[in-house]
Amino acid sequence: MKYKIQVVKKAEVSLSKNLLLSLLAIVSALLAGGIFILAIGHNPLNIYGSIVQGAWRSPIAIKGTIKIAIPLLIASLGITPAFQMKFWNIGAEGQIIMGGIFATYFALFFDHLPHGLLLLLMFIAGMLGGGLWGLIPAYFKTKFGTNETLFTLMLNYIALYLIKYFTEGPWRDPASSGFPKIASFAKNARLDQVLGLHAGWVIGLLLVVLVFIYLNFTKRGYEIKVVGESTNTARYAGMNVKKIVMRTMFLSGAICGIAGMTQVSGAAFTLGEGVAGGVGFTAIIVAWLAKLNPVIILIVTVLFSMLEKGCSVMQSSFGLSTAVSSILQGIILFFILAFDFFTRYRFVLRKSTN
Amino acid sequence: MIINFLFAAIKAGTPLLFGTSGEIMSEKSGNINLGVEGMMFMGAFMGFYAAYHTGSLALALLAAFAIGVFAALIYAVLTVSFMANQNVTGLTLTIFGTGVAKFFGEMMISKSGGSPKLSERFLASISEKPIPVLGDIPLLGKLLFSHNPLVYLSVIIAIICTIYMLKTRHGLNMRAVGENPGAADAAGVNVTLVKYVHILLGGGICALGGAYLSLINGGGIWNNSSVVNGQGWISVALVIFASWNPAKAIFGSLVFGAFSVLQFYVPKNIIVIPNAFYVMLPFIITTLVLIISSMRKSREGSQPAGCGVNYFREER
Repeated sequence: MKYKIQVVKKAEVSLSKNLLLSLLAIVSALLAGGIFILAIGHNPLNIYGSIVQGAWRSPIAIKGTIKIAIPLLIASLGITPAFQMKFWNIGAEGQIIMGGIFATYFALFFDHLPHGLLLLLMFIAGMLGGGLWGLIPAYFKTKFGTNETLFTLMLNYIALYLIKYFTEGPWRDPASSGFPKIASFAKNARLDQVLGLHAGWVIGLLLVVLVFIYLNFTKRGYEIKVVGESTNTARYAGMNVKKIVMRTMFLSGAICGIAGMTQVSGAAFTLGEGVAGGVGFTAIIVAWLAKLNPVIILIVTVLFSMLEKGCSVMQSSFGLSTAVSSILQGIILFFILAFDFFTRYRFVLRKSTN
Repeated sequence: MIINFLFAAIKAGTPLLFGTSGEIMSEKSGNINLGVEGMMFMGAFMGFYAAYHTGSLALALLAAFAIGVFAALIYAVLTVSFMANQNVTGLTLTIFGTGVAKFFGEMMISKSGGSPKLSERFLASISEKPIPVLGDIPLLGKLLFSHNPLVYLSVIIAIICTIYMLKTRHGLNMRAVGENPGAADAAGVNVTLVKYVHILLGGGICALGGAYLSLINGGGIWNNSSVVNGQGWISVALVIFASWNPAKAIFGSLVFGAFSVLQFYVPKNIIVIPNAFYVMLPFIITTLVLIISSMRKSREGSQPAGCGVNYFREER
């Protein structure tokens, strides 16, 4: 008698089982990461310990961790509505950048305005910039069915080189000799500090609540989910699918644009090519890991930021490259991706017929 | 001048051609692998490392190819066997691959006490030299037959990929799996096997592009921060520009390569275009190609229908 293993789809998995699986995934990932650390001749417990310490040991370190978390949190929240609609927006990077560019315009040329008004303008401009950058692929998707994954990917690079254009061209700081850069913002255009840290974290936390409510308790949030499940069902129910897709992508881009605005006005005080710095890509992973749940996104963001901040001490403490952060991130993600399989499917042993 | 420009364009386009041919193999079997940048980075490191220690070009290329296959294997296991989201897996592979290459790159730098440099003998083996007889043809000899060996390798691989895809039985199976895995399965094609083989092959070819960047473009010195620098993503763009056909990618890589070196050849005093637009141009054109092909609803020139969707037998 021969047996063969077959994959079968599971019914709904309970929350506790889901949590258990996630935990199991993280433990296995840490074990695998530990083997890697052993292989390069270090003690895994030491390394893991100093990562946690490096992220939380002092008020300065904690601030650093949160500073990394702010744009990641906002961008992950931004991606969420689009992903719930199964619109594969991988253009968060570009939308962050456009938000930054639009906000920078007001910061540079309207810095005589009162502080509150200027920041409000920058905020709206940031949303508009990111939103429009999200709207373009949505328009072509609904009109011609243009592939949105590839379209949004391309827009990331166009946005990136727009920064280069503004930096080397019209917005170049005449006062800086040598390497071209954009001037630092006037005091007026800088985001206020709340509890010793730029107000981006307040905006981020507010957005967690707002996005959660929007997606779960409003008609529009419901429409997004229906379109995500099946566009035909949505159409049959009398929904205007094109309008919903465009509206949601504008919103998605606009939230990412906020991340760009808080980066230029709160963290960098200028616009540079590193304004997004890969955050838009990491945000996709965060949003997906959190199963598009705004509250879990907050938790995952903090964990990711901890890893990144904690690894910045690797160089000074162990003489290891900070790239170890990317490797550990990768290993952990690979394990979570693999374990996610078991929340959706299970193996069964069946008798083979022949 | 024009010959010099085209010559430089071919040189700049070669790593893209590797990356694009590899990514086409993967996408044609129904898996969009956004890890090209990461696989190239790993290939760049492995190629350099092997060349540094063995001084052999063949071993360097083999090592790069092998690490690319390994990286693609991670992606294949997760997306094909574990049915994980392709976009997320690919992006993770980019983060992981970049991290691995930079980590071991830095290790290599500190072990060599400064900057690791390839031997003169190795550099001679990859130098540009005219092919006997053909290289003596006026103009064309310089343009087409005086390159470093990897340029020819990239073109040969692209041509082989095209013939394989369009003219062989296995190639047909691969395209069937990419377009409609359910139908291919029903026709007796082993979907899982086909996907694995082509994702792995694709990864290996992508990594060769990375090796080109570290061996040729790097001038024999390892540069940790900027060795790949977005070329993997441009390769993903070029797949669209070439409408999923490696033969067209030969021409496409020339065009993209030309854009990337154009700014050094345009007389600055006559035509004034900001530098940023030269580098932006490939992406703008790719976007336009994407829009136009979707407007024409051409099935030939667009992404395989099964791309991005994992195949689960019981759901077909």
